[in-house]
Amino acid sequence: MLIIPRALHDQIVAHARKDDPDEACGMLAGPAGSDTPVRFIPMLNAARSPTFYEFDSGEYLRVWRQMEDNDEEAVVIYHSHTATEAYPSRTDISYAGWPDAHYVLVSTRDPDQAEFRSFRIVDGVVTEEPVEVTGSPE
Amino acid sequence: MAIEVRIPTILRTYTGGAKVVEGAGATLDELLSNLDKEHGGLRDRLVDGEKLRRFVNVYLNDEDVRFLGSLETPVKDGDTVTVLPAVAGGSR
Repeated sequence: MLIIPRALHDQIVAHARKDDPDEACGMLAGPAGSDTPVRFIPMLNAARSPTFYEFDSGEYLRVWRQMEDNDEEAVVIYHSHTATEAYPSRTDISYAGWPDAHYVLVSTRDPDQAEFRSFRIVDGVVTEEPVEVTGSPE
Repeated sequence: MAIEVRIPTILRTYTGGAKVVEGAGATLDELLSNLDKEHGGLRDRLVDGEKLRRFVNVYLNDEDVRFLGSLETPVKDGDTVTVLPAVAGGSR
Protein backbone atom coordinates (compact mmCIF):
# COMPACT_ATOMS: atom_id res chain seq x y z
CA MET A 1 0.00 0.00 0.00
CA LEU A 2 1.11 3.56 -0.66
CA ILE A 3 0.42 6.10 2.07
CA ILE A 4 0.94 9.59 0.69
CA PRO A 5 0.24 13.03 2.17
CA ARG A 6 -2.33 15.07 0.27
CA ALA A 7 0.20 17.82 -0.49
CA LEU A 8 2.63 15.44 -2.21
CA HIS A 9 -0.21 13.76 -4.13
CA ASP A 10 -1.39 17.15 -5.38
CA GLN A 11 2.12 18.24 -6.35
CA ILE A 12 2.51 15.13 -8.52
CA VAL A 13 -0.84 15.70 -10.25
CA ALA A 14 -0.04 19.39 -10.80
CA HIS A 15 3.31 18.47 -12.35
CA ALA A 16 1.60 16.00 -14.69
CA ARG A 17 -0.96 18.63 -15.74
CA LYS A 18 1.71 21.25 -16.27
CA ASP A 19 3.88 19.11 -18.55
CA ASP A 20 0.95 17.67 -20.50
CA PRO A 21 1.08 16.76 -23.41
CA ASP A 22 4.61 15.62 -22.54
CA GLU A 23 5.01 12.93 -19.92
CA ALA A 24 6.08 14.25 -16.51
CA CYS A 25 8.39 12.32 -14.18
CA GLY A 26 9.99 12.56 -10.78
CA MET A 27 10.40 11.04 -7.35
CA LEU A 28 9.35 11.35 -3.76
CA ALA A 29 12.28 10.83 -1.40
CA GLY A 30 11.99 9.68 2.18
CA PRO A 31 14.29 8.47 4.96
CA ALA A 32 16.04 5.23 3.98
CA GLY A 33 14.09 2.21 5.14
CA SER A 34 11.04 4.24 6.24
CA ASP A 35 8.81 3.69 3.18
CA THR A 36 7.48 7.20 3.95
CA PRO A 37 7.51 9.82 1.20
CA VAL A 38 8.53 13.24 2.44
CA ARG A 39 10.25 15.27 -0.29
CA PHE A 40 8.89 16.09 -3.76
CA ILE A 41 11.55 15.93 -6.50
CA PRO A 42 10.20 16.74 -9.97
CA MET A 43 12.68 15.71 -12.64
CA LEU A 44 13.26 16.87 -16.18
CA ASN A 45 11.93 14.48 -18.82
CA ALA A 46 15.00 14.44 -21.05
CA ALA A 47 12.96 12.79 -23.80
CA ARG A 48 10.36 15.62 -23.66
CA SER A 49 7.90 13.36 -25.38
CA PRO A 50 4.20 12.63 -25.14
CA THR A 51 4.92 8.91 -25.22
CA PHE A 52 8.33 8.41 -23.55
CA TYR A 53 10.17 9.69 -20.52
CA GLU A 54 13.64 9.33 -19.09
CA PHE A 55 15.44 11.01 -16.24
CA ASP A 56 18.13 13.40 -17.43
CA SER A 57 21.33 11.53 -16.77
CA GLY A 58 23.27 14.35 -15.07
CA GLU A 59 20.34 15.56 -12.96
CA TYR A 60 19.70 11.98 -11.85
CA LEU A 61 23.28 11.54 -10.59
CA ARG A 62 23.19 14.85 -8.67
CA VAL A 63 19.81 14.07 -7.09
CA TRP A 64 20.86 10.50 -6.24
CA ARG A 65 24.02 11.74 -4.52
CA GLN A 66 22.00 14.27 -2.52
CA MET A 67 19.67 11.48 -1.44
CA GLU A 68 22.62 9.32 -0.39
CA ASP A 69 24.08 12.23 1.61
CA ASN A 70 20.70 12.75 3.30
CA ASP A 71 20.31 9.03 3.98
CA GLU A 72 17.18 9.05 1.82
CA GLU A 73 15.86 6.68 -0.77
CA ALA A 74 13.39 6.95 -3.67
CA VAL A 75 10.13 5.91 -2.02
CA VAL A 76 8.03 6.84 -5.06
CA ILE A 77 9.04 7.06 -8.72
CA TYR A 78 6.23 8.70 -10.67
CA HIS A 79 5.45 9.51 -14.26
CA SER A 80 2.41 10.43 -16.27
CA HIS A 81 0.63 9.04 -19.30
CA THR A 82 -1.10 11.74 -21.28
CA ALA A 83 -3.39 9.71 -23.53
CA THR A 84 -3.48 6.24 -22.03
CA GLU A 85 -4.49 4.73 -18.71
CA ALA A 86 -2.50 5.04 -15.51
CA TYR A 87 -1.08 1.54 -15.77
CA PRO A 88 2.55 0.50 -16.36
CA SER A 89 3.30 -0.16 -20.02
CA ARG A 90 5.66 -2.86 -21.26
CA THR A 91 8.38 -0.23 -21.49
CA ASP A 92 7.71 0.96 -17.94
CA ILE A 93 8.02 -2.60 -16.69
CA SER A 94 11.23 -3.29 -18.60
CA TYR A 95 12.94 -0.25 -17.07
CA ALA A 96 11.74 -0.65 -13.47
CA GLY A 97 15.11 -0.93 -11.75
CA TRP A 98 14.30 0.11 -8.16
CA PRO A 99 12.44 -2.89 -6.68
CA ASP A 100 11.70 -1.18 -3.37
CA ALA A 101 10.04 1.87 -4.94
CA HIS A 102 6.33 2.49 -5.36
CA TYR A 103 5.75 3.21 -9.06
CA VAL A 104 3.05 5.86 -9.33
CA LEU A 105 1.30 6.41 -12.63
CA VAL A 106 -0.84 9.47 -13.27
CA SER A 107 -3.02 9.78 -16.33
CA THR A 108 -4.03 13.20 -17.60
CA ARG A 109 -6.09 11.86 -20.50
CA ASP A 110 -9.25 13.25 -18.93
CA PRO A 111 -9.06 17.06 -18.61
CA ASP A 112 -11.19 17.10 -15.45
CA GLN A 113 -10.26 13.99 -13.51
CA ALA A 114 -6.67 12.78 -13.17
CA GLU A 115 -6.11 9.08 -12.48
CA PHE A 116 -3.55 8.33 -9.76
CA ARG A 117 -2.54 4.70 -9.18
CA SER A 118 0.40 2.96 -7.54
CA PHE A 119 2.21 -0.30 -8.32
CA ARG A 120 5.08 -2.46 -7.22
CA ILE A 121 7.18 -3.75 -10.11
CA VAL A 122 9.56 -6.52 -9.09
CA ASP A 123 11.29 -8.91 -11.51
CA GLY A 124 8.96 -7.87 -14.29
CA VAL A 125 5.80 -8.53 -12.27
CA VAL A 126 3.32 -5.68 -11.73
CA THR A 127 1.15 -5.64 -8.61
CA GLU A 128 -1.28 -2.79 -8.09
CA GLU A 129 -1.57 -1.51 -4.54
CA PRO A 130 -4.11 0.68 -2.78
CA VAL A 131 -3.33 4.37 -2.35
CA GLU A 132 -4.23 6.13 0.87
CA VAL A 133 -4.07 9.91 0.67
CA THR A 134 -3.70 11.40 4.15
CA GLY A 135 -4.31 14.85 5.54
CA SER A 136 -7.05 17.42 5.05
CA PRO A 137 -8.85 17.62 1.71
CA GLU A 138 -8.83 21.00 0.00
CA MET B 1 44.54 2.55 -4.77
CA ALA B 2 42.01 1.00 -7.08
CA ILE B 3 38.87 2.09 -8.91
CA GLU B 4 35.81 2.34 -6.71
CA VAL B 5 32.55 1.10 -8.26
CA ARG B 6 29.18 1.94 -6.65
CA ILE B 7 26.53 -0.70 -7.21
CA PRO B 8 22.75 -0.10 -7.06
CA THR B 9 20.50 -2.27 -4.89
CA ILE B 10 19.24 -4.35 -7.77
CA LEU B 11 22.75 -5.57 -8.69
CA ARG B 12 23.98 -6.31 -5.17
CA THR B 13 23.04 -9.96 -5.55
CA TYR B 14 26.23 -10.21 -7.62
CA THR B 15 28.41 -8.52 -5.00
CA GLY B 16 27.25 -10.38 -1.91
CA GLY B 17 25.26 -7.34 -0.89
CA ALA B 18 28.15 -4.90 -1.17
CA LYS B 19 27.28 -1.33 -2.14
CA VAL B 20 30.84 -0.54 -3.22
CA VAL B 21 33.39 -2.85 -4.86
CA GLU B 22 36.87 -2.24 -6.22
CA GLY B 23 38.44 -3.17 -9.50
CA ALA B 24 41.20 -2.41 -11.95
CA GLY B 25 41.57 -1.70 -15.63
CA ALA B 26 42.63 0.91 -18.13
CA THR B 27 39.17 1.23 -19.71
CA LEU B 28 35.61 0.76 -18.46
CA ASP B 29 35.46 -2.41 -20.57
CA GLU B 30 38.53 -3.86 -18.80
CA LEU B 31 37.23 -2.76 -15.41
CA LEU B 32 33.91 -4.57 -15.92
CA SER B 33 35.69 -7.75 -17.03
CA ASN B 34 37.94 -7.46 -14.01
CA LEU B 35 34.95 -7.09 -11.66
CA ASP B 36 33.23 -10.03 -13.29
CA LYS B 37 36.03 -12.35 -12.12
CA GLU B 38 35.07 -11.84 -8.51
CA HIS B 39 31.40 -10.99 -9.09
CA GLY B 40 30.37 -13.40 -11.81
CA GLY B 41 27.40 -12.30 -13.89
CA LEU B 42 27.74 -8.61 -13.08
CA ARG B 43 29.23 -7.68 -16.45
CA ASP B 44 26.40 -9.30 -18.36
CA ARG B 45 23.86 -7.11 -16.55
CA LEU B 46 25.68 -4.02 -17.80
CA VAL B 47 26.96 -5.05 -21.21
CA ASP B 48 25.10 -6.59 -24.12
CA GLY B 49 27.65 -7.93 -26.57
CA GLU B 50 29.81 -4.92 -27.28
CA LYS B 51 27.61 -2.16 -25.88
CA LEU B 52 26.41 -0.85 -22.54
CA ARG B 53 22.79 -1.85 -21.92
CA ARG B 54 20.28 0.96 -22.12
CA PHE B 55 18.77 -0.03 -18.78
CA VAL B 56 21.75 1.28 -16.84
CA ASN B 57 23.48 4.62 -16.52
CA VAL B 58 27.21 4.36 -15.86
CA TYR B 59 29.09 7.42 -14.65
CA LEU B 60 32.82 8.05 -14.42
CA ASN B 61 33.16 10.52 -11.55
CA ASP B 62 30.55 13.16 -12.49
CA GLU B 63 29.89 12.28 -16.12
CA ASP B 64 27.76 9.75 -17.94
CA VAL B 65 30.19 7.53 -19.88
CA ARG B 66 27.90 7.70 -22.92
CA PHE B 67 29.32 11.20 -23.41
CA LEU B 68 32.90 10.08 -22.83
CA GLY B 69 33.77 6.86 -24.64
CA SER B 70 31.21 4.36 -23.43
CA LEU B 71 33.01 1.06 -22.86
CA GLU B 72 36.25 2.55 -24.21
CA THR B 73 36.26 5.32 -21.61
CA PRO B 74 39.70 5.40 -19.98
CA VAL B 75 39.67 4.87 -16.21
CA LYS B 76 42.44 5.09 -13.62
CA ASP B 77 43.17 4.52 -9.96
CA GLY B 78 41.29 6.91 -7.75
CA ASP B 79 38.31 7.19 -10.12
CA THR B 80 34.80 6.42 -8.97
CA VAL B 81 32.40 4.63 -11.29
CA THR B 82 28.70 4.81 -10.33
CA VAL B 83 26.07 2.50 -11.77
CA LEU B 84 22.40 3.50 -11.56
CA PRO B 85 19.38 1.78 -13.11
CA ALA B 86 18.04 4.02 -15.89
CA VAL B 87 14.69 5.51 -14.95
CA ALA B 88 12.59 5.64 -18.09
CA GLY B 89 9.42 4.37 -19.64
CA GLY B 90 6.56 5.37 -21.84
CA SER B 91 3.00 4.90 -22.82
CA ARG B 92 3.77 1.69 -24.66
